[in-house]
Amino acid sequence: MGWLDTVVQGLLLGGLYALFATGLSLIFGVMRIVNLAHGDFSILAAFLAVMLVDALALHWLLALAVVVPLMALLGYLLQRLVLNRLLGRGILPPILVTFGLSIIIQNALLEAFSADSRRVNPGGIDTASLALGGGLAVGWFSLITLLVAILVLIGLQLFIGRTRRGRAFRATADDQATAALMGIDDRGLYALAMALSLGIVAIAGIFLGVRTTFAFGSGPDRLLFAFEAVIIGGLGSLWGTLVGGAILGVAQTVGAKLSPGWGILTGHLVFLGVLLVRPQGLFARQRRRD
Amino acid sequence: MSRLVVRQLDAFYGDFQALFGISLEVAEGETVAIIGANGSGKSTFLKAVAGALPVARTAVELDGVAVGGRPAHELVDRGVTLVPEGRRIFPSLTVEENLRVGAYRGRSGRWTLDRVYTLFPRLAERKRQPGTNLSGGEQQMLAIGRGLMANPQLLLIDEISLGLAPVVIKQLYDVLATVTAEGITTVLVEQDMSQVLRIARRVFCFRQGIVSLSGRPGELSRGEIAAAYFGT
Repeated sequence: MGWLDTVVQGLLLGGLYALFATGLSLIFGVMRIVNLAHGDFSILAAFLAVMLVDALALHWLLALAVVVPLMALLGYLLQRLVLNRLLGRGILPPILVTFGLSIIIQNALLEAFSADSRRVNPGGIDTASLALGGGLAVGWFSLITLLVAILVLIGLQLFIGRTRRGRAFRATADDQATAALMGIDDRGLYALAMALSLGIVAIAGIFLGVRTTFAFGSGPDRLLFAFEAVIIGGLGSLWGTLVGGAILGVAQTVGAKLSPGWGILTGHLVFLGVLLVRPQGLFARQRRRD
Repeated sequence: MSRLVVRQLDAFYGDFQALFGISLEVAEGETVAIIGANGSGKSTFLKAVAGALPVARTAVELDGVAVGGRPAHELVDRGVTLVPEGRRIFPSLTVEENLRVGAYRGRSGRWTLDRVYTLFPRLAERKRQPGTNLSGGEQQMLAIGRGLMANPQLLLIDEISLGLAPVVIKQLYDVLATVTAEGITTVLVEQDMSQVLRIARRVFCFRQGIVSLSGRPGELSRGEIAAAYFGT
């Protein structure tokens, strides 16, 4: 494998990381809370997809079409029934509650699916590749993942930039108290944001499950990569998230090429480097407050 | 008929009591002013009426319905809009988007983007710019325009004059006079009395969370107002 190939694989991996990071970034941007169970929800979605694919012999794309709305509904209910009760009580309660949820989900998955590693049956897509010439080839699946990430980001950007609710998202993120005076019900809006967040992370989890094996405890790693992608890209910047994911992906594949054990470590080091040099991230939106 | 009736309104920030048994009425179509020094409870009063603070249900009555403590978005549906102190323009939104957020609940009425732009032509010229790029006076126009976009029946405006030059304040009050002339019920909170007494039919002076004086501007002497204002 040449270096160019390594970088291309890393860029494509960035698409997957961006999918993980987008929902996290959205929730933090609108509500200023961090969902520590974000990665575990993605693994939950992947297990649901495995169940559907194995039990009903569904194609994984069909399973995706079933699981994503289910997870969005779960997100809506989670916000309405649990997280909205914590509003206005400082930053600690949401952190504690989502941390607790993370542990509950992991243990429930362990109970339900055992500690075995699982994979979503890819139906052959995982080995198909596209020759780009010059000895370079990319996997169709990685390409599709990146494409889906880009489509999700475009969709989200149109939603946030062009629609009435999108404006309400931005206004609430700017200044919740004033947004409430405009008649924006923050609780309903937060529930919608959480539905979007878990819907998107369900896509990420299922793509992860098709790409590689996962187990009940795979969530926290995913959360960490998502965090890193968000921080590298800059909080509040959707496209920054994609760039952050790509940088993290390239760092990991390049590190792994130098020595097989260095991949994850290199990713973390690059993340720390960005944090040192540009703590606000590469594309942080400059906010003026008065 | 009274559009707004406030009866024995108490309001708190945690353990701190900011308003003590405020009672007042505002008739339909009337413009009233609330004046008073810093910390006298004027802004708290507006927040309480607009649903931004928890208060007793019976303390605030709107067109004969007790609405105290209802959430702000429900009160916007009932036609109550607060233009907050310090403008509070959304920095991530353009001028036009700020106005559209004002119309978020979609209450029907006579105020539209076009009419707000006619009222404040400066906003039309700068509608694609971020709201916080505007000057202080323009931001106040935007805040008022955003409030009007909600098509309120009761418009509450907190300190139009804050940090603005006298000539700008006068312009804003000239425009506001044309708005209130259309019959929109308006409560104006001000520290600076120079302009507000020009368009208010009645004035209430707050001091330390109570109404220390009320009456028609023409019938109150400077001495009376100063005494009520400063407590001398």
